[in-house]
Amino acid sequence: MDEGSQPSAAGTAQGGAGPWSVALRRLRRNRLALASLALFGLIVLLSLVAPLWAVHVAHTGPNTTHTLAKVVVNGEKREVVDPTGKPTGPLWLGAGGRFLLGADGSLGRDEMVRLMYGGRASLFIGLIAALLTTSMGAVLGLLAGYFRGWPDTLISRTLDVIWAFPVLLLAIALGLVLAVGGLQIGPVTIPSGSIWIPIMVISVVFVTYTARPLRGEVLSLREKEFVEAAVAQGAGSVRVMFRELLPNLWSTIIVFFTINVANSMLLESALSFLGVGVQPPDASWGTMIASGSNLIKSAPLLTILPGAMILLTVLSLNVLGDALRDALDPRSKLRLEVHAGLAEPEGTPV
Amino acid sequence: MGRFLVRRLLGMVAVLFAVSVLAFLIFNVIPSSDPAQRMAGRNATPQLVAAITAEWGFDDAPPQQYLTMMGNILSGDVVSYANRENVDDRIVEGIPATFSLCAGAAVLWLAFGILFGYLSAVRAGGWLDKTLTVVAVTGISIPVFWLAALLLNYLAYQTGLFPSGGYIGLTEEPLEWAYHLLLPWVTLAVLQIGFYSRVLRSNMLDAMDEDYVRTARAKGLSERRVMTRHVLRNSLVPIVTLFGLDIGVLLGGAILIEAIFNLNGIGQYAFESLKGLDLPPIMAIVLFGAFFVVLFNALADVAYAFLDPRVKLESGAR
Repeated sequence: MDEGSQPSAAGTAQGGAGPWSVALRRLRRNRLALASLALFGLIVLLSLVAPLWAVHVAHTGPNTTHTLAKVVVNGEKREVVDPTGKPTGPLWLGAGGRFLLGADGSLGRDEMVRLMYGGRASLFIGLIAALLTTSMGAVLGLLAGYFRGWPDTLISRTLDVIWAFPVLLLAIALGLVLAVGGLQIGPVTIPSGSIWIPIMVISVVFVTYTARPLRGEVLSLREKEFVEAAVAQGAGSVRVMFRELLPNLWSTIIVFFTINVANSMLLESALSFLGVGVQPPDASWGTMIASGSNLIKSAPLLTILPGAMILLTVLSLNVLGDALRDALDPRSKLRLEVHAGLAEPEGTPV
Repeated sequence: MGRFLVRRLLGMVAVLFAVSVLAFLIFNVIPSSDPAQRMAGRNATPQLVAAITAEWGFDDAPPQQYLTMMGNILSGDVVSYANRENVDDRIVEGIPATFSLCAGAAVLWLAFGILFGYLSAVRAGGWLDKTLTVVAVTGISIPVFWLAALLLNYLAYQTGLFPSGGYIGLTEEPLEWAYHLLLPWVTLAVLQIGFYSRVLRSNMLDAMDEDYVRTARAKGLSERRVMTRHVLRNSLVPIVTLFGLDIGVLLGGAILIEAIFNLNGIGQYAFESLKGLDLPPIMAIVLFGAFFVVLFNALADVAYAFLDPRVKLESGAR
């Protein structure tokens, strides 16, 4: 949408240096946040190197089946899938990295490769959906809060409707209908089964949770003197919204973006689990839990692994979001020091 | 007060109307397969499809179809396209399971959410706070269906400690009712406990800076009394609003948990109908769910005004 104007707005905000460097310093002091950042970075890295691992170590693709294949483990031949359809468990490094975490079911696909490719899909959907949700939410919040009157009424009432619609029900309904028919918007056709369908569904469903609080913040900001000063200098609406108001919203937007990535990934996994998100045979952590849970009694690892990946990713993002909220909130100085276990300002009860 | 209620009521009706139109549009404007074709089956003759189209009015103008369906839902005559079952009856059958799930889970998550949040705030910065924070954020981050599947596997299938799903009526066998619902309750509550304890902790830390807390301390009240009577009490007000929203959403059906634990409630019915692209039950359940969202939101506003005398309902704005 207005991606073009956002970096420049960030530039002016950073020009002041003060609040951002303070926030960075606070963040650096928060060891839990740094650990989360490292964990998230590691998971992203693992997903990024998926093709390398697939080609050079596992010698197979994420959707390649090995139903009748045999693999040499420590010099002894072993079936990837035994005649009863039970997949092999983790071979660790017994086969030189092939089937490191075993096979994923009767189709005999490499679980480790699928886990890495699944991470690509889940992270991609989470990040892009959150980017869309957050930018749509910011623009809607700015328009509604700045103009008030009928634009506000129109936007707020529309958001009310989406908000009253039970979240999962709306997401499943949209996902299902689009999965059946695909979607055509003007010249762009999104075929059914595309990864863009869950992205669109998730971003639409979550917009209201970002736009509403931002609207509230804009409503109070627009009464401040600096807005009056900008208007007095002859700034137009667009300039006031994106050059004056938006920089003041950045800290909130960054926190929302982080939390939105986490929530989008959770919703993606739920939708994929229910069969209306990422479509098989493509891997995402949600589809992997869905296929793994059919074998949960004999091979629980196939359910545990993808779920644990979601948990770790979402956990790191949530901790990071919390830390960012504390670091970016100018009033949270006191709270942060209590957090860090430093000397307490006098009169603070603990 | 009276004017507020009337305005609020009209707003609720308007939102419900819009929600039902939206649900109808999703399944009608966006191309999906023709319901008559689906009902007639795979090898249907064109005549059969035409007959079904005429009988169910699929060739009526969309607004007419919408009005017919809404009329049927509200009068209780609406039937499923898939098996001609009465939809409203089926929803009423699902109410005990869904409501039992919500009520039990709500008791758990309120009790533990408030306890954890309170302890966290009172001991802010200490090891107890840090431990509870980790527990809470983990709870928020768990994919709920994954937790459900694991609990079911390890506590039901593998060890037989708990029944593997299903719902037993409260009036039939109260003990079995609770026994069957314990795992679903815990699963649902884990997420909410994390959320509520985080919100309460943050509210309490904000409240501790307020002047009235200093006044309370200056009066010579004991620390515990300051915390429970002043800080906690005022911090609970926003929790009431939150609770209203959450319970409203959940009463419309907890799709994932109901489906995994096979509770046969409204959420499971919703999911089955969605899979079959069966519009009448979907419309009815969406309306049912949205009704509770809107209703509990309004109730939360009233409760808010009741608990916080500074809030005036007449202003109407939220």
